Amino acid sequence: MKQEFTCIVCPVGCTLTVDEENHQIKVTGNQCKRGLEFGEKEYTRPMRILTTTVKIEGSLHKRLPVISKGEIPKEQLHQCLQALYELSIKAPIKRGDIVVEDICHTGVNIVASRGIEPLIND
Amino acid sequence: MKHITIDVLVIGGGPAGLAAALEAKKQGVQEVMIMERDVELGGILQQCIHDGFGLHRFGKRLSGCEYAERFIQQVKAHHIHVKLKTTVIDILKDKTVFAMNAEEGMLKLQCGTIILAMGCRERTRSQVFIWGTRPSGVLTAGTVQRYINIEGYLPGKKAVILGSGDIGLIMARRMTLEGISVEGVYEIMKSPGGLKRNISQCLIDYDIPMHLSTTVVHIHGNNKLEGVTVAAVDDKRQPIEGTRRYIPCDLLVLAVGLIPENELSAKMGIEIDPKTKGPVVDESFMTSVEGVFAAGNVVTVYDLVDDVSITGEIAGRGAAKYLQGKLNQDTHYQMIHSTNLINLVVPQRFRKNNLENHLTVYMRVREEMKKVYIHGTMNDRVCLHKKLNIVSPPEMVVSNIKKEDISDKGDITMAIERG
Ligand SMILES: Cc1cc2nc3c(=O)[nH]c(=O)nc-3n(C[C@H](O)[C@H](O)[C@H](O)COP(=O)(O)OP(=O)(O)OC[C@H]3O[C@@H](n4cnc5c(N)ncnc54)[C@H](O)[C@@H]3O)c2cc1C
Ligand code: SF4
Repeated sequence: MKQEFTCIVCPVGCTLTVDEENHQIKVTGNQCKRGLEFGEKEYTRPMRILTTTVKIEGSLHKRLPVISKGEIPKEQLHQCLQALYELSIKAPIKRGDIVVEDICHTGVNIVASRGIEPLIND
Repeated sequence: MKHITIDVLVIGGGPAGLAAALEAKKQGVQEVMIMERDVELGGILQQCIHDGFGLHRFGKRLSGCEYAERFIQQVKAHHIHVKLKTTVIDILKDKTVFAMNAEEGMLKLQCGTIILAMGCRERTRSQVFIWGTRPSGVLTAGTVQRYINIEGYLPGKKAVILGSGDIGLIMARRMTLEGISVEGVYEIMKSPGGLKRNISQCLIDYDIPMHLSTTVVHIHGNNKLEGVTVAAVDDKRQPIEGTRRYIPCDLLVLAVGLIPENELSAKMGIEIDPKTKGPVVDESFMTSVEGVFAAGNVVTVYDLVDDVSITGEIAGRGAAKYLQGKLNQDTHYQMIHSTNLINLVVPQRFRKNNLENHLTVYMRVREEMKKVYIHGTMNDRVCLHKKLNIVSPPEMVVSNIKKEDISDKGDITMAIERG
């Protein structure tokens, strides 16, 4: 079966054609190696980085931006989001601090993507 | 009024300002200060929580705030002065700057050099002219981004997006993730404004339709937005009768373009390029006022923050050289022209003896073209000839011209040649 994808790894956005014949996956249209890898994965098991925010208390900002430390299967994104929306974090937090470990058994950690200082009343 | 003397004053603490300040300091300038009107450094990046930043520089897909924090930490480590919650309100040609903040009141600064890094602002409803009432619920994409990502507000339940640039596309995904239903993205032009990867991962991933050659022609509702009317447009961008369609919604997100923020620059008499809407700059990103440099989106709207950081570094280096008396200002400028397939070039002019190894030229093309050559000529000689698989308006074309290929006299003309 033949399928077309847009490579999302870099801003060039190559159009990839993925061809499967006798369980052999062939990717064409990529300008670099990273596209090859993306095409294969997109065809077999699409994965995405998840970025969103969670509630944070005791700071000037109301939301803490978070990012998944690795890619998450696309079909599990919604489930992971729901888990994150239940959370409430307390400031201070450092960039890279783990917010959820192994989210929804994906093996991927969710970490803070910035540091947030506690609110000092002045 | 408090008086401050400073070697390099950077106005704006976004990625351009951070990179510029850092580079000036690394080049040996003693006193560097960043002035920022917001409560923290980072500029627009602090509200860009999605990934995809810094692929060129860090080889990683960072989120906007991660990218910013890496620079902010370096700025702190290098003992650069930072004044937050401070707005610059006037700049004079002799490099006197007036600024103010709530604690100190008015400040008067005498600066050795100034680097303008004020970024850009979004076009609003009044700049795209849509008929109808003026209800609440009509917001720019950047405002919606700030509300959702930093302040924690959801400004609506059902949204229509006008404009298919990257910011509009990214907000389509962001709002969907937050449970706002996005009816569609409407684009007046025949082709999308944003990058393909964003159409794929922001619209196609979430089944959000895009309607090309279509725009919002009417806004309905008195206090709160009740709906919009969209219509297909012809080649002259005029609505076609019989294609009008009413869409009930409580949020209209305008993602209709960015304009460099140059009120201060224009007021101090800096020459502005009508094409870029930013200052005319040279190879060191110095403006037409000697010793005043510019970097980032204030110069022209870059799409990639990596490019913004590079221009910050060029300006920071230029400012340091200027202070150290190493910037050649005796020779005349040579110009960089462009032909009609190229919309704009930055820098617009240069002095050859200030170049280190090469001249970096940023260009934006008018339309998408495949298999083309970017072609630079000088006195009928070729100084650049490079094949590109694809060029398109959403993506800046960046090319380096080697110093040895540049003649001492004459101008450069950049052109796109179809393969
Ligand atoms: C809404 C929006 C969303 C964007 N999303 C993306 C994206 O997803 N990906 C991407 O690559 N790029 C994005 N961009 C482009 C982004 O603007 C640039 O990549 C980058 O942030 C530009 O850096 P800058 O330093 O030139 O400007 P900015 O980041 O805008 O920084 C300018 C700073 O100057 C300050 N300032 C302005 N005037 C004054 C004054 N008079 N006194 C004191 N301080 C002042 C401002 O407060 C601001 O902090 C977006 C831009 C906007 C407007
Ligand atoms: S294939 Fe390589 S060059 Fe093309 S979009 Fe993917 S990462 Fe970029």
